[in-house]
Amino acid sequence: MTTVERTRRVRTWRDAALDLLRNPVQLGATAILIILLVIAVYNITPQNGQPAEYQPEQFLRQLTFGLAQGSIYGLIALGYTLVYGILAMINFAHSEVFMAGAYIGFFAINATEQVGLLLTNPLLALLITLAVGMAASVVIALLLERIAYRPLRNAQRLVPLITAIGASIALQQIFLRLFGASARRYPDVNLYILPQVFPLECDVVDGARVCRGLDLISGRYDVLVFGIELRLLPIHFLVFFLALVLMTALWFYVNRTRTGKAMRAVAEDKATAALMGVDVNRVIVTTFILGALLAGAGGVLFALYNQQVTPGMGFLPGIKAFTAAVLGGIGNIPGAVFGGLFLGVVETVAPSMLGMSTQLKDVVAFGLLVLVLIFRPQGIFGEVLATKRA
Amino acid sequence: MSKRILALLMIALLALAACQRQPEVIPTVRPTITPSPMPSETPIPSVTVEATATSEATAEATAEDAEATATPSAKQVADAMLQEVVVEADGEVVIGLAAALSGEGLAPLGIDIQRGAELALAARPVVTVDGVEFTVVLDAQDDTCSADGGQAVASRFASDEQVVGVVGPMCSSACRAAAPIFDAAGYTTISPSCTAADLTTSDYSSFNRAVVSDAFQGVIAAEYIYNTLGVSRIATIHDGSPYGEGLVRVMSARFEELGGEIVAADAIAVGDTDFRGLLEDIAQEQPDLIYFAGFPAEAARIAEQRGDTGLEDVIMMGADGIRTQEFIDLAGDSAEGVLASTSIAASSEALDAFLALYVETYGEEPPAPFHANAFDATKILLDAIEATASVNAEGELVIDRAAISAHVRALADYQGLTGVLNADGTGELSVADIGISRVTEGAFVQIAIGSIDDETVVITETEQ
Repeated sequence: MTTVERTRRVRTWRDAALDLLRNPVQLGATAILIILLVIAVYNITPQNGQPAEYQPEQFLRQLTFGLAQGSIYGLIALGYTLVYGILAMINFAHSEVFMAGAYIGFFAINATEQVGLLLTNPLLALLITLAVGMAASVVIALLLERIAYRPLRNAQRLVPLITAIGASIALQQIFLRLFGASARRYPDVNLYILPQVFPLECDVVDGARVCRGLDLISGRYDVLVFGIELRLLPIHFLVFFLALVLMTALWFYVNRTRTGKAMRAVAEDKATAALMGVDVNRVIVTTFILGALLAGAGGVLFALYNQQVTPGMGFLPGIKAFTAAVLGGIGNIPGAVFGGLFLGVVETVAPSMLGMSTQLKDVVAFGLLVLVLIFRPQGIFGEVLATKRA
Repeated sequence: MSKRILALLMIALLALAACQRQPEVIPTVRPTITPSPMPSETPIPSVTVEATATSEATAEATAEDAEATATPSAKQVADAMLQEVVVEADGEVVIGLAAALSGEGLAPLGIDIQRGAELALAARPVVTVDGVEFTVVLDAQDDTCSADGGQAVASRFASDEQVVGVVGPMCSSACRAAAPIFDAAGYTTISPSCTAADLTTSDYSSFNRAVVSDAFQGVIAAEYIYNTLGVSRIATIHDGSPYGEGLVRVMSARFEELGGEIVAADAIAVGDTDFRGLLEDIAQEQPDLIYFAGFPAEAARIAEQRGDTGLEDVIMMGADGIRTQEFIDLAGDSAEGVLASTSIAASSEALDAFLALYVETYGEEPPAPFHANAFDATKILLDAIEATASVNAEGELVIDRAAISAHVRALADYQGLTGVLNADGTGELSVADIGISRVTEGAFVQIAIGSIDDETVVITETEQ
């Protein structure tokens, strides 16, 4: 080992440049990146006294939308990454796990609205919805694992991948047949918090000033930040912070608990882990449960601020989340969330910054994925996998 | 190794995407509408699924069907050109219906069309040719409101030689994809809802429509926005479909001709959920109205997300694609005040009776605007059969496809529910007026009528 280190030269920027020149694909990718950068810079610079095509406040506003959307991608991506980390398999049906959470959550929130709980105690109603949505996701994920994946665990690598696609379509069609194709709409929820801190929506009742506080779910507030008027939606921040909190919790669970250690052992080597007394089946089930919990939470949050739920709603976010997981380095927990946020922001900001049609936002997002993977095939945070697992 | 995995993943992704887009064809259910002499007695035309219908059909045409695969071959096309539909004595005349019967925000439009056709058949369950009666049945298929769906349905109908003619497809994208296939098979289609202006200028021999072209709808929308609303700065969004793109093109051209300014023009992808970034760009230009040509699911999201970017006071206007109750249900409170244009039927006693029967039969107000158009389209097809078919010595009904097509293309002074229909030889049948409606307290209320009279547009405000 020491000999290897001694003979290896320190890489300089000149080596990097030479490597780049030798690799036509990377060279082309660099050229595209530079062109995009030039267009973006052109669009944000004022022209002959005219205001710039793309204003900084536009960026700030779109950034909040992108972060919220990206947080949802991140939450779903965690499920992809976890399962991949343990089983080295892409669980394509995960998008349906997400959909099930949002869809079944609809029935819960609808029920709470019917009995009036949503009006009298919105926090409790939302928690019930979240719990039901997450539970539904877990049930679907467990069924998937038991029916579609476990019997094929020792089959060729391609086999579970195909089953996953099949399971995804089957689930979607089952929901379509059971509940119909029409979209269902989450009711409008007003959840007021912290009337002391945010003296908003005040009324004078019996001579006393009573404030309702910040509407966390449906509120829209015009706020002045650095002299720029921004319309902020608390729900966007809620989604963003919840995603970060859940990610951190997951990271601690995997890295600091006994079960987490077992998960890492199984990820390393299933057979050896089993010999050491780890119940491999239980660990795998736990992994699916964790992924489903996050997807269910993501589904309900997504539905809370996008409102419409349909059986086909999981497809696009699922694909984007998978992209996010690959972008961040599949198998890596913070990488998945970072990838999600990156994708969410890029697809919201890039089309208008580059002066392209919004129709092309997926092209921009996936094009960037290709560019990133050309330079870092293992993803941004990914480690180079040992040959055995790759 | 890792390269191989990546390649594998990309293939899997593509496969998944392909599967996703695959048109979903509803299993063959041929509802036979039993004649109901007293509609009030049987509120819903009892739809009995005939299990034998399919097996009968298969037994009948095993030899031909063996060759007749999904896409018609050149030989088949040649055969089809000469083809006559022969319905055996006591047999059923099959009329095809293509509309989006599934899909987010689209199903209500398709179901409305299907009901219009069903009511037409309930009113006229048989065709009488040379004194012999033949029962008519409807073969409803899902065109998914997309090009590939239209293609699949067209191939399916074109390979089923028992299908006499088709009511539909529903969306301009499906119509455009289906028309060449129907052309090749010598079929006649009458769409109740494909409004894209260029469908009748593309020399499709099979395509006819019982609805007003967007060449009118777009012009009247532009006139209404500029002259009646007095708005001169607008933003346009379309959904990338031939319908949306064509409508925005017609509307924008007229609007700029009038002196208005299009401050932002963009397109979205169907199925997207987050339009806040786009709306933010639009907000930057401060338009007074957002014109959206597309369908309810995306329209509802745009209406809703307007508020997130400070555009809640900007008027939103759409067209017949969004003039459904579904749109209002999906958009909730943010639908309030949204405008939509649609071709409207001239009011008549027959129309009132039809609407009353509709409500009585299906227990709800029509959820979408095309029921009367579907009714007319179906009736025109039935009339064409009665006018051109003959009964041969064996008691079989012989229907000549070319004669049906000629009959429809030469339609004159046909008194339909939507008004008086006249064929102009290109497939255009209808010249009805365009109504403008506004969402008021959770329902579309008509507020103006626009008509074109010798190139001059007249807009009359009807309410408020």
